[in-house]
This record gives sequence, C-alpha cells and structure tokens, in this order.
Amino acid sequence: MQSTPPREAVIEVRGLRNQFGPQVVHDDLNLDVWRGEVLGIVGGSGTGKSVLLRTIVGLNSPAAGSIKVLGVDVVNGSEEDRQSVERRWGVAFQDGALFSSLSVLQNVEAPMREHLKLSENLMSALGQLKISLVGLQPLACGKMPSELSGGMRKRAALARALALDPEIVFLDEPTAGLDPIGAAAYDELIGELQHALGLTVFMVTHDLDSLYAICDRVAVLAEKRVYAEGPIEMMPEVDHPWIQEYFTGPRARAAQTKTETKTDTASLES
Amino acid sequence: MAEPSLTIEQSSNSATIRILGELLTRYVGGVQAEFDKVPTGLSDVQLDLAGLDSIDTGGAWLIAEMKRRLETGGAAVRITSAAPAHAALLETVTHHLPDPLEEEDGPRGLSAVLISLGKMTVSGWQSFLSALAFFGETLAALVLTLLQPWRLRRAALFSQMESAGLKAVPIVALMGFLIGVVLAFQGAAQLKQFGAEVFVVELIAISVLRELGILLTAIIVAGRSGSAFTASVGSMKVQEEIDAMRTIGLSPIEALVVPRVLALIIMMPILGFIANIAGLFGGALMSWIDLGVTPGMFITRLKETTDVWNLLIGMIKAPFFALMIGVVACWQAMQVRGSAESVGQHTTASVVQSIFMVIAIDAMFSIFFSELGV
Repeated sequence: MQSTPPREAVIEVRGLRNQFGPQVVHDDLNLDVWRGEVLGIVGGSGTGKSVLLRTIVGLNSPAAGSIKVLGVDVVNGSEEDRQSVERRWGVAFQDGALFSSLSVLQNVEAPMREHLKLSENLMSALGQLKISLVGLQPLACGKMPSELSGGMRKRAALARALALDPEIVFLDEPTAGLDPIGAAAYDELIGELQHALGLTVFMVTHDLDSLYAICDRVAVLAEKRVYAEGPIEMMPEVDHPWIQEYFTGPRARAAQTKTETKTDTASLES
Repeated sequence: MAEPSLTIEQSSNSATIRILGELLTRYVGGVQAEFDKVPTGLSDVQLDLAGLDSIDTGGAWLIAEMKRRLETGGAAVRITSAAPAHAALLETVTHHLPDPLEEEDGPRGLSAVLISLGKMTVSGWQSFLSALAFFGETLAALVLTLLQPWRLRRAALFSQMESAGLKAVPIVALMGFLIGVVLAFQGAAQLKQFGAEVFVVELIAISVLRELGILLTAIIVAGRSGSAFTASVGSMKVQEEIDAMRTIGLSPIEALVVPRVLALIIMMPILGFIANIAGLFGGALMSWIDLGVTPGMFITRLKETTDVWNLLIGMIKAPFFALMIGVVACWQAMQVRGSAESVGQHTTASVVQSIFMVIAIDAMFSIFFSELGV
C-alpha cells in the first residue's frame, strides 16, 4: 500500500456499543473509513451491519461510544453540527425508501428543495441530470415509485442520495434482489460515480461479486466488533470460521475468478 | 474561496472562456445568467478551466449545458488546463446530460373539459360495476358461510367482533346518552310553551328508537371500523399479501371480508340497542331534572304511548347498515394501488361513501315503512 499522503478518516467509530434490551449487537466496535475509498461491510445475518449503518447516520442512538463523521461528533454533538454534516452524506436504503406520493424527479428534488435555494428550472435540470447519471431513462422522471421495478427503485434511491453532491454515500445492500446482470451494472455504476464524483462509499453488502469488483477494503463484523478489515485478498488468511467459510467458499472462488478474468482482459486490451 | 465567475475574450469567430472560482451547486443560480450570455455564433471556443478551484455536478452541468449549446451553434469546443478530477467529472456529466424534456401539448378549452367529463363517466360507471360485483361476491360468500358454517374463520370473526363491537361500546353509549339529553333539553324548551311537557317522552322515545340511535351508531361505526378495515386491508394490498393469499388458494373474500362484514352484522344491532337504552336513560334523566318528570312517570308513559314497532324498525335497519359499511370499506380496500398515499385516499373515500350510503338506505327505509303504515 502507498503511504505517501496521510489518509484522512471521514468516519471514525470508537468504542461503539449497541444493544436492544439484553441483546448486545456491538460491543467496543472501532472502525475508520478513509476518504475516497469504497468500504464493504460484511457479516453473517444478525451481526448488526445495518444497525451500524443506521447508527452512523443517526437513526439509532448507541448505548456508548463516539462516532465522528467528517470531523463532527454525530452522537454527542449539537443539533446544528449534525445538520451541517447531514447535508454532506447521502443514504440509499435497501428497498429505496422513495417517497411514494412523489414522482421520481420530485424525489430527487426533495433534498435540494430542503437545503438549497435553487430556481424550479434549475432544480428540475439537476434532478434530471442525477437521474440520467444513475442510468435511468428520462421517461422514468415522471413515474411514481410504485410503477418502478426493484432495480429502478434502487437506482432512483441512489439518485436521491446523490442529490446534494455528498462526500459520503451509504448504501444498504445495494445489489440485493437484483439479477446478476443488473447487479454487475449497478456495481459498475457505483464504481464510475465514485471515481467521477470523488465519493467515499460505505456499503453494507452480501454480494461477493460487488466486494471483489469495487470494494477497496472490506470490514467483517463478527463477535460484536469489526473482526477483520483490509483488502479482500487478505481476508482468507484471517483465522475465524465464518470468515474462512465466507471468503474461501465456492461462491467466493467463483467471484474471485470472475474479477481476475476481467482484469486480465482489461490489461490485454490496454 | 471565491464565488465563481466567467470571463470571455472574443476575437471574430473564436473565443477563450475562462471559468474561475468555486463552481458549486449553491452558486449555480447566481452565475447561470453569465453562462447564458455567451454568444452562440462562434466557430472555435477554448474553455480554460485552470482557474477553477472546485466543481460539483451542478457546476459541471452548467459547463456541459453551455458546451452543448455552443456545439449546436456550430462551434468546436476544447477544454484545456482542467485538473484530472474536474475533467473526469465533466466528462461523466457531459456523457449523461439529459435531453431537454419536450412539453406535451394537451388538449385545451372545451375539448379538455369534455375529455375529462367522459373519462370520469366511464371510470365512474366502471367502479360502480366493480362495486356491484364485489357486493355480489361478498353476499355469495356470506350465504356459503351460512350453508357451510365450518368454513367460517372463527378466530378472525371474534377478534373483529371485539375490536369493531365490544371496544365501540363506551363511545356509542356516551353518544346515545348525550343525544337523549339534548333531545330532552331542546324538546322541553319548545313543549313548555304549550304546557305539553309530558309529550317529551314520546319525542325522545320515537326519535331515538326509530331513527337517531341506530343512524348515529352506524355513522360512528363507519368512522371507527370502516376506516380501520380499509386501512388494514389496503395496507395488506400494498404489501402484496392479498396476492400471496390468492397464490396459496385462499380467497381474500372468505378470509378477510366475510369475518369483518359478519362481525359488523352481528355487532351493529347490539351497539344500536345500547345506544337506544343510553338515549332513553339520558332523556329520562334530563326530563327529571329539567321538567320534573319522574323516572316512574317516564317509564309508564313510555309503555303506554310508544309502540314496540319503533324499536323494531330501528333494529331492522341495523344489519343493512352494517352490511353496507363492511362492503364499502372492504371494496375500497381492494381498490388500493401501490402506495401509502393510495391507502389514505381510499380510507377517506370509504368513510364518506359508507356514511352517505347509510343515510340513503335510511331514507329508503323511511319511505318503505311509511307506505306500510307502521
């Protein structure tokens, strides 16, 4: 790894503890997310991947610990600080969570309407641009969320998450429920947008293909904390039964081979 | 950091445009006019981005839009001295620049009015037919349940009877009591003028037993349980639970509609009766306080002058009201499409329509019984 520019942590989680009644989900969890990286969060069912995401974006208040996003303490900081940082991230939920009474374009305009003073024409033009950026047809602008397919809903949700040009994008299971072709296209889209917009991507996922294709780093949640983090190539070396099974199983091998073939073809072409 | 600005050096057909400062979305509104002023008749344009400090998609959109405008005007546009990150963003945005939406010209004036009138007529007729079909299906399912009682979902029936019936008792009783009080109070004020205070008993008994008790109970049930039926079954529709039922061979009418409608048909007469008793009690109490008609006198006069048909007419109407409220509520629930907003719209429609239908049926009964002479 290069160590020339000092890495800037955009999210710092320290000593996080989450519990629901007697059930402890996270205990003394530490995690850093560096600027400009795509971090994949993996873990078995019930290890609190989504809870971690919800805690960082403030939808769930932790029992203990501190979370700093872009240098602002979002757990104990003032309401004003929180709001200032909320404009600098975007969240795309698993099933889109689009506002069902608004059209796709209005959904994308909603954050702009709330936070920026823009004219209607400009807002509509920028909304259409965002919708086009996530690969939806212009026809989708006027549609209602209930008229969209699952994959289109996820794309529309991403467009809404990108509405304010955020620095960090949180994605909850972005490729769950998509067919392999749609999932690969979505991965490519995230990679492309991440590169063009200079995003930091925090992605909860199960999808090994996404992990191999676009994640710079992987953090594995196990035993109530981040059990291992690092580039995905290092994961099979971690001595933990679940991680072993996950990263050396047949699906992992298939995903790995696929990525390698792709890079080989790419290097041949160039 | 500086707000963005634009300078243009023009010599005959070519120009150099320099963009400086922070071209961010929040500044785009202010600087857009300057970009729009760039003339289009040029043939060679150099876009110098060396002075650009930062840019986001909003800013990139502005540059890309201007570039497209210049290119449609016949200019060759070159971008120079752009930082690699800025160039990458600009390229992505240029690539995805949406085509301007074409505004569709709809029909105007009289023809637009006629078109919408026609659409409303057709959709009104269709929804009338669909409501009628649903009503028929529900009646058939109810009859089938009577013939084959073991098919009835008893757990669902009893839980609906509890939530739509038992839990409505306090509000229905209070409403009945207050109606009795108001009638006695207002009636007494009028009857006193003629020295005919004692007729207040007939006034209360006939109006409560024959009309008000059951009508107001039905209105409360429509607002309370009809809306709950539409909202809960409508949400199930949104979650595709109804479709799931069909795929495993469950009839939604049998599983959801019949228990609800039957629960209302059973509970409505009971609630109506409670409202009647509470109304008479409230009336008697007020007559005693205000007019000095003792409870004994009230009961004697009630027995002598009020025909039992008054009570029966009220009670006969109850199951019809219940059937109407239940069917309208469940039919509206089945019309829910897609979104949470649709659930809200149909819940409102359910309450409005069922109250309207209840009053319409009440009017028809009124004519029917007066023709019969009871």
